[in-house]
Amino acid sequence: MKFAVVVFPGSNCDHDAYHAVKHVLGQDAAFVWHKETSLGGADAVILPGGFAHGDYLRTGAIARFSPIMQEVRRFAEAGGPVLGICNGFQVLLEAGLLPGAMLRNRSLQYQCEHVFVKVEQTDTPFTVACRPGQVLKIPIAHGEGNYYAEPDVVERLEQTRQVIFRYTTADGAVTAEANPNGSVHNIAGLCSEARNVVGLMPHPERACELAIGSADGLAVLESAVKSVSQRAVAAAR
Amino acid sequence: MRARVFVTLKPSVFDPQGTTVAEALHTLGYAAVKDVRQGKYFELEIDARTADEARRIAAEAAEKLLANPVIESYRIEIDTNAAEVAAR
Repeated sequence: MKFAVVVFPGSNCDHDAYHAVKHVLGQDAAFVWHKETSLGGADAVILPGGFAHGDYLRTGAIARFSPIMQEVRRFAEAGGPVLGICNGFQVLLEAGLLPGAMLRNRSLQYQCEHVFVKVEQTDTPFTVACRPGQVLKIPIAHGEGNYYAEPDVVERLEQTRQVIFRYTTADGAVTAEANPNGSVHNIAGLCSEARNVVGLMPHPERACELAIGSADGLAVLESAVKSVSQRAVAAAR
Repeated sequence: MRARVFVTLKPSVFDPQGTTVAEALHTLGYAAVKDVRQGKYFELEIDARTADEARRIAAEAAEKLLANPVIESYRIEIDTNAAEVAAR
């Protein structure tokens, strides 16, 4: 399986994603510069963390206009799995591939720490290898991860089960104290209506090896491998 | 022609920066300042024949890029004398 890791000017978690996919998961991976117009036949796309285009204007606001984003949109509309991590999630929001927007963290501080997130839904290409309700210990590193959408939009997201990751305590309780940034309904990650586009603020790619504190994030990337192989089997039938 | 575009968070959206600035002002003794909303300000130099045309272009720019309609609203002022003022 081949992952495309999109590189915007200012991306800085592109190598983390590439390393996790290639060296930990043992899958094929390729960097794709934002000026490219092809994803090179990839089976899944990762929009990595960082500060694309310096976060000028708003996080992700300029990255939306990068040439590769047209191809990412086409890939997503065709059902291809797309994962936006941190700044990549912010890009997906600005591009309108996921609903809502990010505000400054309630603390006004850049939050850099390990948090716990509960997997709420396992029927997406990036959670299919997780157990329902599984709590993952994954780091966050962001200043603008305070997820916001109008109350009626949030209500609809809950009804359609598009909230797939939520900030919780270590034992999975959704509390205000476990919410690191003020996100509405403790939302840490979402999927699209078609469920193939996923965005989350925590960094699963930085939690793939026990030597660096946690390997819980591996389940997110392994899910993509499982999902793509299931799609291939289904297509072959 | 110059368009001034003011982008602020919608009233329904919590503004942690504005709240922090308000608290700092209270610490300085400005109890009369009841609330602060922080926003962004843009000056667009627009090649347009009429104020209406400049306003239309500025509004499009605000809708498409300068503001994020999910969380922000915007207000536009057109200054038809901007070039003369700058030349003085």
